Amino acid sequence: MLEQYLPILIFMAIGLTIAVVAMAMGAMIGPHRPDKAKGAPYECGFEAFEDARMKFDVRYYLVAILFIIFDLEIAFLFPWAIVLDKIGLFGITAMVIFLGILIVGFIYEWKKGALEWE
Amino acid sequence: MRNGWLQPIADAVKLLFKEIIVPTNASRTLFFIAPMLSLAPALAAWAVMPFADGMVLADINAGLLYILALTSMGVYGVIIAGWASNSKYALLGAMRSAAQIVAYEIAMGFALVGVLMAAGSLNLGDIVRAQQGAWTTGWFVWPLIGLFLVYIISGVAETNRSPFDVAEGESEIVAGFHVEYSGMAFAVFFLAEYANMILISALTALLFMGGWLSIFPQSWAQTPYIGWLIGDGIHWFLLKTTFFMFNFLWFRATFPRYRYDQIMRLGWKVLIPVTLVWIFAEAAAIALGWKPWLS
Repeated sequence: MLEQYLPILIFMAIGLTIAVVAMAMGAMIGPHRPDKAKGAPYECGFEAFEDARMKFDVRYYLVAILFIIFDLEIAFLFPWAIVLDKIGLFGITAMVIFLGILIVGFIYEWKKGALEWE
Repeated sequence: MRNGWLQPIADAVKLLFKEIIVPTNASRTLFFIAPMLSLAPALAAWAVMPFADGMVLADINAGLLYILALTSMGVYGVIIAGWASNSKYALLGAMRSAAQIVAYEIAMGFALVGVLMAAGSLNLGDIVRAQQGAWTTGWFVWPLIGLFLVYIISGVAETNRSPFDVAEGESEIVAGFHVEYSGMAFAVFFLAEYANMILISALTALLFMGGWLSIFPQSWAQTPYIGWLIGDGIHWFLLKTTFFMFNFLWFRATFPRYRYDQIMRLGWKVLIPVTLVWIFAEAAAIALGWKPWLS
C-alpha cells in the first residue's frame, strides 16, 4: 500500500527540481547589473512614498476566517461522502444537522454584511 | 517561422536571458521561493492522474484529496510573492488574489463533495469507472450539471484567468502580485498559471466527463480497423482536456473583466448556496435509493 506513494514522492522531487532549475538558470544566464532606479519598487514613475507593508482592509481577515470554517466543513464532508451508501439514513441525518448549524451561521454572517464588498 | 508556432519557445528563451531584477527593499529569499512554490505543486499533482484505464503512476486511494491539498498550496506562492516584493501594487494584488482564490476554493470543494457522493471513492480511476454507461448517460455531468458549472467557474477563478483576472488587472494595478518579477522568475509564474489551467481542465474531464471513456457504446469498439479509435482510451481523455483548455482561452477572448465586489458576491452568495442546495438534494436522492440513476 505504502509503496504506491513512492511515485508521488518522486514526482514532488521532479516538480521542485524543474522549478529550482528554471530559476537558477535564469539567475545564472541572465545579466546582473543593478542600479538605484532599477531596484526601486514600481510606483508609476514616482519615488516610493513610504514602506509598502502598510495596513490593509480588515475584510481580508474576515474572508480568511470564513474560509477556515468552510474548508474544515469540506474536510468533514469528504469521508462522509465516500461512505454515504453504507452509513444509511443515520449518517445523512447527522450531516443534515451539522450542515444545518453551519447554514444558520452562514445566514447570520450574510445578514451581518460580512460578505459585502462596497 | 510559419504562422508563429515557435513563438512561445522563442519567448521562453528570451526570458531566460533577461535579468532577474530583485528590488532593493525586497526579502530576497522569499522573493525567489515564491515562483517555485507556485510551479512545483502544479507539476507534482500529475502523479495521480489516470490517463487511461490503469495508465497512472501512483494509484492511491486518496487521489483527489492529494490533488486538493497540492492545488491549495498555490495561494502561498501568490501571498509570498506579494509580500516579498515590498511594493504597494504587489501587496494589493496578492491580497485580492488570495481572497479570491480561497473564496472559490470553498465552492470548488463543495462541488467535489457532490462528485464523491455519486462515485463513492477518492481514487480518480474509480471515479471514472463509476461513470460507465451506454452512450454518455453515466457521466456525472448530467445528474450534477449544477455542480459541473460551479466547478468550471471556480476553476477559472482559481487560476486567476479572465474574466476573473482582477489579481493581474493590467489597467488598474498593473500586474498584481508579480509586478516586480522579471526574466525567468516572471516566466515561472506564467508556467505555473498555465500548468494549473491544464490541471483543472484534466480534472474536469475526469470528474464530470468520464475521463478516458468513449462517447460511443462499448460494443462498437469491436469494429475492424477503427475500433481502437472508437473504444475507450487515452485519446478521449486528451480530447476532453483539450476542449476545456480551449474554453479557458475562449472565455478570455469573450468576456469583459468582472469588478472585484462582483467576484466576491458571485463566489460567496451564488456559488456556495447553489452547491449546498445541490448536495442536500443529492443526499436526499441517495437516501431515497435513487443512486442507480446516478451511475
